[in-house]
Amino acid sequence: MNDFEPRIIVFLCNWCSYEGADAAGRDRKELPSHNLREVRVMCSGRVDPQFVLEAFRVGADGVLILGCALGDCHYKRGNIEALKRIPLLERVLEQYGIESERMRFDAVSAGEGEKYARFAIEMVETLRELGPLNHV
Amino acid sequence: MSDKPKIALYWCSSCGGCEESVIDLSESLLELNTRAEIVFWPVALDARRKDLEALGSGEIDVSLINGAIRLEEQAHMARLLRQKSKKVVAHGTCAHLGGIVGLGNFHSAQTLLKRAFREVPTVKNADGILPGESTEGSEPAPKLSGLTEKVMALDQMIEVDYTIPGCPPPPELMGEALWALLEGKLPKKGFVFGDRKALCDTCPLRESRPEKIRVKEFRRVHETEWDSEKCFLPQGLICLGPATRGGCGSRCIGANMPCRGCFGPLDSVADHGAAMLSFIASMIDGDREDTIRRITDTIPDPGGLFYRYSAPCSILGGKNRTKP
Repeated sequence: MNDFEPRIIVFLCNWCSYEGADAAGRDRKELPSHNLREVRVMCSGRVDPQFVLEAFRVGADGVLILGCALGDCHYKRGNIEALKRIPLLERVLEQYGIESERMRFDAVSAGEGEKYARFAIEMVETLRELGPLNHV
Repeated sequence: MSDKPKIALYWCSSCGGCEESVIDLSESLLELNTRAEIVFWPVALDARRKDLEALGSGEIDVSLINGAIRLEEQAHMARLLRQKSKKVVAHGTCAHLGGIVGLGNFHSAQTLLKRAFREVPTVKNADGILPGESTEGSEPAPKLSGLTEKVMALDQMIEVDYTIPGCPPPPELMGEALWALLEGKLPKKGFVFGDRKALCDTCPLRESRPEKIRVKEFRRVHETEWDSEKCFLPQGLICLGPATRGGCGSRCIGANMPCRGCFGPLDSVADHGAAMLSFIASMIDGDREDTIRRITDTIPDPGGLFYRYSAPCSILGGKNRTKP
């Protein structure tokens, strides 16, 4: 068993994913809480690529960006704008020697506590396999 | 001893274009020589390091240093010049942000050295000696300067007072900056000469830029034809104008080439490449992941494109820049 404890920055949109994370707590789902540092933002579209880069620079091993399901955005298209940046950002991260698996963009709606817990656990497992990020 | 202000010019890791930008002052160069005393300029005048070492601390009024810091020797010279100068100016893009040389930060210094001095087929280096290592068999053993671990912009190595951006800086901007400094009209510390607004604001093609730009593919200039009377972006050609400081006189646009970003980011932006990435991503015409990925894949080298001149100053590329 790999005992590396990764640090994960989780950006949660105010309308769906933050509620989803809350639901996970209310339902007493098992969560790797000590690995997670949650940041509430109004919309996943507000997550500027600079936030992600900065997260990695200051010591995150992984970044989760969670928003409303496509089509359900509180601001109509905010999560689509976020999605549009992801493939480019993944490739830039790879060029800087950061595996793209260290960043994940996905949807968690307000009632999906189970999904939130699953994503968090999966991210911890992925990062345990990759190991700590060698800081640039 | 004359009482004219003393200036020094030095060249670190750059192509020499910034030295050319001094020559491009043309007739004004004579005026520079009348109004200031050039005490150290190795490219043009006979000068030795000991001449510089012999100067007193702060004896030089203004030092213009161009080029990034890539060699240990350059780091040493930059520190020496800093100590001898009242004001230090980062001259040109490489000194400002790392420049083209800064793309080296996408690889380790060791990888670059091995590639250039051992693996390249045209290199003959039987003993596999790399710069920074001693050569044997001669006394004293000659040694080339080693590489610094990363390419650095000048302000990541020494304190910088002002910056003249550009690859190379246009002569008008050079003149404006030099006369201001020589006349003692000193701007606020950390000032970057040039505009306060993005290049798009003064671009001759700005009228043809639609409010909302959506493209189904990105194209590259050598693979396609385009309408030179219209904004590059809606035609799928990536132009860094929206995220780049203006003040260059739209030289590239005037030559029918999109902006590559040599003037660097605006004052409020920490990471030039990330700002450009956001803008380009917003242009993608698609709502589904597969469509977005397909359009994104038409950009072959996003890192090199968005950080063409600023990799060492990006958030991931080195010490984060502290804003004045």
